[in-house]
Amino acid sequence: MNRTAFTVSALAVAVLLSFGLHEALQVAPTEATMGNVQRIFYYHVPSYAAAFTFFFVNLLASVTYLVKRNTPAARPADAVAVSAAELGVIFCSVGLMTGMLWAKPVWGIWWTWDARLTSTFVLWLIYVSYLMLRRLSAGDQAPTLAAALAIFGFVDVPIVYMSIRWWRTQHPQPVIFGEQGSGLDPSMVPALLINIVAFLCYGAIVFWIRYKLERARQELHEAQALHSLELARSEAR
Amino acid sequence: MSLARTLALHLRKDLRLEWRSKDAANSMLFFALLVVVIFSFAFDPLAEESRHIAGGIAWVAFLFATIVALNQSWARELRNQVLDALRIAPAPANALFLGKTIANFIFVGIVEALMTPVFVVFYNLRVVGSGWQLVLVAALGTWALVVNGTFFSALSLRTRNRELMLPLILFPISLPALLGMVLATTNILTGERSPADWIKLLSVYDVVFTTVCLLLFEIVLNAE
Repeated sequence: MNRTAFTVSALAVAVLLSFGLHEALQVAPTEATMGNVQRIFYYHVPSYAAAFTFFFVNLLASVTYLVKRNTPAARPADAVAVSAAELGVIFCSVGLMTGMLWAKPVWGIWWTWDARLTSTFVLWLIYVSYLMLRRLSAGDQAPTLAAALAIFGFVDVPIVYMSIRWWRTQHPQPVIFGEQGSGLDPSMVPALLINIVAFLCYGAIVFWIRYKLERARQELHEAQALHSLELARSEAR
Repeated sequence: MSLARTLALHLRKDLRLEWRSKDAANSMLFFALLVVVIFSFAFDPLAEESRHIAGGIAWVAFLFATIVALNQSWARELRNQVLDALRIAPAPANALFLGKTIANFIFVGIVEALMTPVFVVFYNLRVVGSGWQLVLVAALGTWALVVNGTFFSALSLRTRNRELMLPLILFPISLPALLGMVLATTNILTGERSPADWIKLLSVYDVVFTTVCLLLFEIVLNAE
């Protein structure tokens, strides 16, 4: 793709992210009970927004791959699937880690096996196993196997969520769980929305690079396969 | 040939192979026994609280034992290119999958039936809730493990380190089923709560994932 378009969009994303940082750190008011610690919220929620978006993109691309697996549209779909899964895992990790950083001063502990935390962690595990499968499966069947696993993973998400909610409602909550996001002050909304948009744009720009890289890798792989085929043919002659 | 007849043929072949070699059953049994012994070092097995953890330990033992059996179930078909022949054969792929799944279900079920008395003896268990529900939970839970396990075992057949790959992809997807099995078993053993919700969850899990497996198996079998 053309370089100018990329440079312009990358600059725009940089500006958007800086503006989001400014909004989060200086414009948004300090939270009454938690103080400045609460400001990590403006990075925590946007990270998850990006993670869930990418997991959904991964599902769509995987289904597209399976439907069109014998057509030229299959390879781009696979490149989208792998790029989206990697970015989803990264953003989900950022979400989990910023959550822990927030939890330590506010709850007094890094982690609790609360319904929402556990479901997100299981979701993270499922997509890490997807990436492991991609890493360890060799050859041309890897995209098909990975696409099948992506469908399993996505089907599992609602079941995970329901089961863990039941599990946790059967037991008393282990710690005081501050209801985050249930009553967000209107003055905090702009900072949150700007950061969600900024993170999605940032994710999109990294996704763009990763997708181009994967397409280049696929083309190289095909060229190498063709080349060795030609070699074998000329030797046979 | 119809689906049912092909399925029966595959099932008979798998059962006969296992009956003659007894590879899977022997290794599963010994493995599960070792897990029981190792866990008894970590927890006081005769304490009254052991009733609360016995369900978890039993399922962990069965889970690892299932992995042992599943890893062998498709590897058998690789020898002498049997799998390639099965792919070419004009028979429904799902008959092959279901035959294998039912065979694995029977193997794991037998191991569970043999190991349950060992658990009862070694952990001094006494069922407080209604015992017949344990059979239902075991059947639903085993099917949940085996149906996805057979699928993922076929899926990881052509990966590097395939024996390592299977648990890595099976465990995360099975977490809700494991949660259901462990909590249903604990609820029955302690008799403190009704296991009905968890039995429902396991049934839903079984139906959903059996459907997904049947829809995707042919694609995975023929992936090239």
